[in-house]
Amino acid sequence: MSQIRQYELIYIVASDATEQQIADLHTQVAEITGRYSGTIDKTENWGRRKLAYEIGPHKEGTYVLEVITGTGELMKEIDRRLRVSDQVIRHLTVRVDEEHRIIERTRTLRKEDSQRRRVARGLPPERQPGEGPQRTDDDDDRFGVDADDAI
Amino acid sequence: MRGEGRGRSSSEGRGGRGGDKKDDKKRTLFRRRKVCKFCADKIDDINYKDVKLLGPFVPERGKILPRRISGTCATHQRKLQTAIKRARQLALIPYVTE
Repeated sequence: MSQIRQYELIYIVASDATEQQIADLHTQVAEITGRYSGTIDKTENWGRRKLAYEIGPHKEGTYVLEVITGTGELMKEIDRRLRVSDQVIRHLTVRVDEEHRIIERTRTLRKEDSQRRRVARGLPPERQPGEGPQRTDDDDDRFGVDADDAI
Repeated sequence: MRGEGRGRSSSEGRGGRGGDKKDDKKRTLFRRRKVCKFCADKIDDINYKDVKLLGPFVPERGKILPRRISGTCATHQRKLQTAIKRARQLALIPYVTE
């Protein structure tokens, strides 16, 4: 029994595909997901975008993002299907659950740490509006390139 | 002895000690403070979908900006690297630009 995990799937549909074909692709993905008893948590259509480089004859494509919870087998099957499909010019699957967990943990740890330190200094745990140094964009000099560091 | 070696850059300046006050000052102005952007702004999530975030780390040529120039810390540079490479696969960022 393989484990249930969360994945992010992005595929690029050729720009000459119709709305209907894009919808069909989505239902195909949904259908496979259902067959492997997974769930689609989120679907996002980024619309038509210019590609950073040409992929074969294509200069533009429609990006579709799906967040899917399911097994590895499910993703394998979707991957196989998309590979075969003519309209999909590129796709990428990334496992995200572990990363989300790490991000969540660092956030809570940092928050707890800052609250503890603030309380130790006798301040209210949350930062008050207008407190601390106000930084403007002008004196943000961190990302300039040094002349002697440049190649 | 007292006041010496306080300011980071003034003590390690290449110019001779003492007398060259002017030179030291110039160097201090010249050297910019380098801080990891992701640590400073507390960005935990370096995501390949966020092209705006990755943009400054991919100069025109399309190469990944080295750590020695951007000042990014090792942890975040590693994450940045994966994110940029994923974005490249999806044609969000170019591999090379001539």
